[in-house]
Amino acid sequence: MHIQLNGERRELASQLTISELVDQLALTGRRIAIEVNEEIVPRSQHAETRLSPGDRVEIVHAIGGG
Amino acid sequence: MSAEQRQDIPLTVAGRVFSSRLLVGTGKYRDFDETAAAVEASGTELVTVAVRRTNLGQNPDEPNLLDAVPTSRYTILPNTAGCYTAKDAVRTCKLARELLDGHNLVKLEVLGDDGTLYPNVVETLKAAETLVNDGFDVMVYTSDDPIVAKELERIGCCAVMPLGSLIGSGHGLLNPATLEIILGNAEVPILVDAGIGTPSDAALAMEMGCAGVLINSAIANARQPVRMAHAMKLAVEAGREAYLAERMPRRASASPSSPFAGRINA
Repeated sequence: MHIQLNGERRELASQLTISELVDQLALTGRRIAIEVNEEIVPRSQHAETRLSPGDRVEIVHAIGGG
Repeated sequence: MSAEQRQDIPLTVAGRVFSSRLLVGTGKYRDFDETAAAVEASGTELVTVAVRRTNLGQNPDEPNLLDAVPTSRYTILPNTAGCYTAKDAVRTCKLARELLDGHNLVKLEVLGDDGTLYPNVVETLKAAETLVNDGFDVMVYTSDDPIVAKELERIGCCAVMPLGSLIGSGHGLLNPATLEIILGNAEVPILVDAGIGTPSDAALAMEMGCAGVLINSAIANARQPVRMAHAMKLAVEAGREAYLAERMPRRASASPSSPFAGRINA
């Protein structure tokens, strides 16, 4: 299936969970926050939340800013 | 100590107490080592960060800002820099709250255009209302408009942060007269955010009675950022002390400091 990940189209295995996506991206354990279709998905729900085709996923972190 | 000496009370924002009145940003530094050293030298306890898309497929050992500026030591103030609509600002704040494990203190800024980075007040007011209703403690960057400052306070923002001049411009306080009106009306802490270029700018803001100042570029863009961070710390402390001491009145004519009596030419 295709999703939009941080604004870019990506091909993923269907039924992937957010935890599995995070793992594939080598981001496990990093301090990140995730939004799917403009709704926050709390960390506690990453393992049980499955992605669907066309989902718009944002993964963010903290960087320097004023 | 004289009996009338004014006892300072620490900066308190939404029930959080800070011993330093200097807030610093973490943008524009060479690397995280320099960020960490400057933040430490500033003596701050409240540090702004931005929220951005994570680089995917990059080095998994990429250093993390929050290792350089750990949440165990500093209160992190995520900002909504780069947002031009209330909707984006609210989304960013929600992401920040998730990122920081439910931490609900945010710096709201909704910008109008790229050239001035001037606040879009209409969108700022909308976002502030939504965020306050969603339980956020909102420190809000805004124009130095006394009516807007009061409206943001009425909405429930826990601190109002008017610009001294344009973000990153280093022009200092371009309109002290309006800042004075804002300070005179305020029932929440007023902090100057944006425009501070040099310690004398920061000291002036504090002398006028600002609760604090937020500085990024003036430290990060100094040739020696760590040294400038220390200079800003001293300026903020000096300005606060001067505010509490209450300055001498301005006079139209001279007033000699040495007595006239006993002059050898008398």
